[in-house]
Amino acid sequence: MLNQVMFFLFGAMIVIFSLLTVTSRKILRAAVFLLFVLISTAGLYFALNYNFLAAVQLTVYAGGIVVLIIFSILLTSHVSERAVMAPLKQSLLSALATVAGATLTLMTILRFTFVPSGAADPHFNITDVGNALVSYNRDGYALPFEVVSVLLLAAMIGAIVVAKKEKMLKK
Amino acid sequence: MIQNIPLSYYLIISTLMFFIGIYGFLTRRNLITMLMSVELILNSVNINFVAFNRYLYPQQLQGHFFMLIVVAVAAAEAAVAIAIIINIYRNFKSIDVENVDEMKY
Repeated sequence: MLNQVMFFLFGAMIVIFSLLTVTSRKILRAAVFLLFVLISTAGLYFALNYNFLAAVQLTVYAGGIVVLIIFSILLTSHVSERAVMAPLKQSLLSALATVAGATLTLMTILRFTFVPSGAADPHFNITDVGNALVSYNRDGYALPFEVVSVLLLAAMIGAIVVAKKEKMLKK
Repeated sequence: MIQNIPLSYYLIISTLMFFIGIYGFLTRRNLITMLMSVELILNSVNINFVAFNRYLYPQQLQGHFFMLIVVAVAAAEAAVAIAIIINIYRNFKSIDVENVDEMKY
């Protein structure tokens, strides 16, 4: 009973704050609504009993990316500035397209009945996840881990080079 | 912990979130708010991976690692996108896509 209440609370929060994120005229406020969406998603992961993923969601998404976005909002626009929206015709067409797409997808999803696996509640701890992440045996994920770490390094160096001032590049 | 909540409910929430993100991407004119819509889309995909992992294959960890890798890619994408946005702001004094209509160096 309690888990249903929590699930519907987080689900409603996700949907409402997502709508507010894409419709709010004030950019900083939209960023805060995005933060609420990400925190509610972490709540869903807690409800699924995946504590490690919820922690990652909270630290990387809610802690890292939202702070980055808020910093860049403060660097590039005034707090009182209001976002320009698309013309009415384009908004209506976009709304029509997204509602049609959502209806199609939801109809397809609801036609299937997913049978949950009857296995007992698994109890992974962070050690299991970490061991699988760096293991190179069967069911190990060392290669994707290395690939994504090199990607992250390359992206960070690229971001520094792109954001550098031109004067510094010419010297 | 997952009794009485069908898998479809998670899929419905993530579908709504995905299409709200697409709506924002189509109607927003500010580069940072467009980036926020992309974050919504990526996050909705993560919910799907994690819910499928929990309901259909609870003994395995595939969904975990897909989610972790998507989060890492999202972080890299946000960093590069914000560097580009700051550079655009420096050159055009604006980050509205309407005003950035020339590729001049």
